[in-house]
Amino acid sequence: MFARLQDWLADRFHWADIIGPLKKKTVPIHKLSYWYFLGGITLFLFLIQVGTGILLLLYYRPGANEAFESVQYIMTRVQFGWLVRSIHSWAANLMIFTAFAHMFSVVFLRAYRKPRELTWVSGMLLLFLAMGFGFSGYLLPWNTLAFFATKVGTEIVGQVPVIGHSLMVFLRGGEDVTGATLTRFFGFHVAVLPGLTTLLVLIHLALVQYFGMSVPPGVESRWTASLEAARQMKFFPNFVLREFMAWYIALGVLGALAAILPWELGTKADPFAPAPAGIRPEWYFMFMFQTLKKIPAKVWFMDGEVVGILVFGVAGFLWMLLPFFDQAGHGRGRKLIMGAGVVALSFIIAMTIYGYMAK
Amino acid sequence: MDTWRNNRHRRALFQLLVVSACSSTAFAQAQNTCLDCHGALDPPLQVTEQQFTSDIHSQKGLTCASCHGGDPTKADPDAMSKTAGFRGKIERSQIPALCGSCHSDAAFMRKYNPSLRTDQLSQYKTSVHGKLFAKGDTKVAVCIDCHGVHGLRAASDTRSKVHPLNVAQTCSRCHADASYMKGYSIRTDQFAQYSGSVHHDALVVRSDLSAPTCTTCHGNHGAAPPGVDSVQNVCSKCHVFQDQMFEKSSHKVAFQSAGLPGCVVCHGNHGISHPTDAKLGTGPQATCMQCHTPGDSCDQARAEMLTSLTRLDGAINNAHNLLGVAESSGMEVSQARLDEDQARDALTKARVTIHSFRKELVDHDIQEGLQIASKTLQAGQNALAERDYRRKGLGLALVFILMSVVGLFLYIRQLERDAPKV
Repeated sequence: MFARLQDWLADRFHWADIIGPLKKKTVPIHKLSYWYFLGGITLFLFLIQVGTGILLLLYYRPGANEAFESVQYIMTRVQFGWLVRSIHSWAANLMIFTAFAHMFSVVFLRAYRKPRELTWVSGMLLLFLAMGFGFSGYLLPWNTLAFFATKVGTEIVGQVPVIGHSLMVFLRGGEDVTGATLTRFFGFHVAVLPGLTTLLVLIHLALVQYFGMSVPPGVESRWTASLEAARQMKFFPNFVLREFMAWYIALGVLGALAAILPWELGTKADPFAPAPAGIRPEWYFMFMFQTLKKIPAKVWFMDGEVVGILVFGVAGFLWMLLPFFDQAGHGRGRKLIMGAGVVALSFIIAMTIYGYMAK
Repeated sequence: MDTWRNNRHRRALFQLLVVSACSSTAFAQAQNTCLDCHGALDPPLQVTEQQFTSDIHSQKGLTCASCHGGDPTKADPDAMSKTAGFRGKIERSQIPALCGSCHSDAAFMRKYNPSLRTDQLSQYKTSVHGKLFAKGDTKVAVCIDCHGVHGLRAASDTRSKVHPLNVAQTCSRCHADASYMKGYSIRTDQFAQYSGSVHHDALVVRSDLSAPTCTTCHGNHGAAPPGVDSVQNVCSKCHVFQDQMFEKSSHKVAFQSAGLPGCVVCHGNHGISHPTDAKLGTGPQATCMQCHTPGDSCDQARAEMLTSLTRLDGAINNAHNLLGVAESSGMEVSQARLDEDQARDALTKARVTIHSFRKELVDHDIQEGLQIASKTLQAGQNALAERDYRRKGLGLALVFILMSVVGLFLYIRQLERDAPKV
């Protein structure tokens, strides 16, 4: 039966042409190979979110009057609803974490260098989209913390020079965070962002497959000096099976977190209540939030918050163009990028810890 | 004050110079010449521009001349001449009548605030302050002592001395001053007692403006201590259900015949503390045993009611603690928390019903509360059972995942052992 189906497909799709390159494809083996799995794990967590997100959609109702209750219903009445929602939330956070780790591993292994510049750019765009997923999804349960964090977050967007206010009104669906904001964020979260992300993931994967895995410069120079030193493994099945192992481990960690620390729901948002103490964004926005809080009200002649937003905006844009500053033969640019990577990672970790420690 | 006396000649000269200067410059401005001079004078003659503009009367268009006479559009000495109707400083004995000349005139007041009452003066005359004032005692409070003068604000303004948040402080300026109150034969610890009371806590600490301050029980313009017969009526303005229960109780008749002033017999007056179940006990806070004899039928009923309240309180606390454990395990128990609130409401209702002093009525509320508390406890137990079920499921899943990882690892090893490396 299976053989007949295989023959039927082979008659029509020239199976060998499609599978052939994958069978020939190899992955370099060296002492830093395990960093390659971070991208795969990020993809796995994204797929989990797609699956659990679709399940949540069966019961979730967007709207200021029913969003909280519907999530509460999912968590208390729907069979395994608590598990689906907890896995969705935990997977989102772990995905952002692995995406950041993947990005910094690419920086420090210099995997972004020619000819993989566009792979880097597509990856950076995916990271921004993932953060957009986090920001929009955070509001959907319509609880107090998310409501006020969204209020603060969109206020920060409103500080962007020239287009800030219009952008804030567009995000909020009005001047204030209301049910209209929730509907918009829901639309972004389940339609706009998934569409863009799917497209970019396909481009990113196609580029990874096309260029193959990068080899760190140190290893590459040794391999160039001695061809016998170069070691490779087959992409299929050797690397794919290893990837599955990594995915299984990620699934175990995800399941344990979801079962032992189910994602909290909090209390329903009350737009007329005063903002409670301790309003803070999701952890991956904390370093920016804490920095904006600590910038003086006035920097030279400009509003401190505006300066902070501009600096983050410019830094993010330059970071996306990072491979173009590390062209072959420019040792200075390479050192600058390594230094910037260390500073950026230290800054993000330090400001995140500071944000959680500060009252 | 001494410094003022020592320097008064110098100050008088300075004031004369100020007044002379004003007479030549302020005239040209033709506005409020009073302020031109009095803004520059020292207290008590000083009235600053800020005081004047923040005053509710000035905001409504009245001027200095409305009370003091004179003509503020003219320069001194014409502004303060008898021909301009200048009255100068208002004698303390004239203040209630002067204020009343407008505030008791309904037709006049309608132009400014039609909803404002116009019986303040007539009420004042019925108050302890007003009665003593009528007898010639000018030490007692008159309008300006409570409301202020020059810079007087509407009572709804939180900066007003008669805003509910500030009333007790305002009354205490005289009533907590033992030397000032000497000769009036009343205590001066009311403010100290009130400051430690549940009412002060609600009003000042929690900013609950519905909580009582001095004037809520004593009245404001007609301030007087509530009589023995009125106490229950005063408290029942807020504590409606307690009043209804007490009204039908055996204590109502007993207190009346003994000439006891209702609520304050058990709860006190200015220093009312948060009532606890210990009031029904036999310890230091107990009130029943101040009158009742140990072992009598009332004492038995008291003990039984206390046992019921303690039982319900304990049941709610057990459920509360169990829900806390479930919550800290990440379980969603918000519905059970709502039920817990209902159980607490039943306990509060039972505590109110205590004022009927009828055990069967109290037991009815207690039973209702116990049923809800039991349901809440069950919800907590279910949540913990669900938590354990999840953890077992997780354990099984992790075993399956571990086996799969080990299986994959062994398979890869075998695959790579059999096939040569690329």
